[in-house]
Amino acid sequence: MQLRQLAVCAIIFFTAGLVIASFAGFREFIPGLLEGAWITVQITIGGSILAVVMALIAALAKMYGAWPVRWLAVAYIEIFRGTSALVQLFWLFFVLPHFGVTLEPMTVAITALGLNVGAYGAEVVRGAVSAVPRGQWEASVALNMPKSLALRRIILPQALTAMIPPWGNLFIELLKATSLVSLITISDLAFRAQQMNQITFRTLEIFTIVLVIYLAISTLITVGMRALESAASRGLARGR
Amino acid sequence: MLWDWNYTWEIMPVLLRASVVTVEATLLGFLLAAVLGLVLAILRMSKNNWVSIPTAGFIEFIRSTPVLIQIFFIYFVFPEFGVVLPAMTAGVLALGLHYGCYCSEVYRAGIECVPRGQWEASTALNLSPYVTFRDIIIPQAIPPIVPALGNYLVALFKETPLLSAIAVLELMQTAKILGSQSFRYVEPITLVGVFFLVMSLVAAAIIRQVEAWLNRTLRISGAER
Repeated sequence: MQLRQLAVCAIIFFTAGLVIASFAGFREFIPGLLEGAWITVQITIGGSILAVVMALIAALAKMYGAWPVRWLAVAYIEIFRGTSALVQLFWLFFVLPHFGVTLEPMTVAITALGLNVGAYGAEVVRGAVSAVPRGQWEASVALNMPKSLALRRIILPQALTAMIPPWGNLFIELLKATSLVSLITISDLAFRAQQMNQITFRTLEIFTIVLVIYLAISTLITVGMRALESAASRGLARGR
Repeated sequence: MLWDWNYTWEIMPVLLRASVVTVEATLLGFLLAAVLGLVLAILRMSKNNWVSIPTAGFIEFIRSTPVLIQIFFIYFVFPEFGVVLPAMTAGVLALGLHYGCYCSEVYRAGIECVPRGQWEASTALNLSPYVTFRDIIIPQAIPPIVPALGNYLVALFKETPLLSAIAVLELMQTAKILGSQSFRYVEPITLVGVFFLVMSLVAAAIIRQVEAWLNRTLRISGAER
């Protein structure tokens, strides 16, 4: 299966390379698009960090918080999972200024996407934490550990390993969602593509290159997360 | 006064009319995704590597690039090859294609869950592969994956605001136009958010009901077996 996936990737990159190489004058688009790609990467990284933090807070609040905190966490998760990312982005961008809060577009982008993916991530974290065997909790009670310490030292490290693959999927979702920020005037990859398209009308080349750049970034995420996963599970196996 | 109820009631009918377009795009897109997903799943499971590997590559490619760019690609690039599509058709096509690739993985899981013995029994009964697939495998593969398909229906529904980027007059685009006419963005965009929240909570509840119903009926038919 691994070999097959590798073959698939190789075929894709080979054809993509051929297609790009056969385009005359594609070089003039590359620098501008790469600048856009850098913005995309920044938003992806910022959003990912916010998403992980929000997911951990929301999941723990939903599972162990007192009822007001729990209800707050449930409301956050349901609202951000129930509406589209674009609506959330527009809400922060167009509506918040009416309440006197004006944020930089970059801040809006990172906040909206981070909160959106964080809500999905909260369910991932909750699933992983509740999948840790009950015996682990009981053992830490038997060792007279306070609940918070048991959570930090015993439960979360084990849950973290189980969370890595679904987080990989969520990071790719987040990368794809960053294309939405082009609609709130941030000059990310998608925005640059549209801008160049309007100037040069070299639609086919530009959008193909853009698709390939997104594919390359998401392949990077997949590879990175797989490395992280094998590193984390190696540590766990040694611990046992 | 931050929230103007008079204005809210004024724009409500306009937004409700636009929400019909959103629902239309969702249903058409999902219909396309459901059919395309099954086709892609079958192609990907083909024994012939020349069919299965390119299909797998295609699915991976579509799944790991943003749907917004795919919408742009279909809307802006296809005309270069002489295929000029109206915005709505291009949008529905892109959404259907994107979610078709997600659905194909779901179908594949469902088909692979059908026990091998079913294939062997059909061979023993001298059924052709086509008849086996249509009458034996698909009826057993579809019911368990209905909830997963339902989740993608909700996900697709929440992606429809992207069509506003190619000026389809759906909910988000209408809200933006209303906002730019009156310089009041609070009401239209909040209403759109509320609409999506209500619709997806309702849809999630329906899916849960269907799931429970399927579990019941499947268990009964399982007992009969």
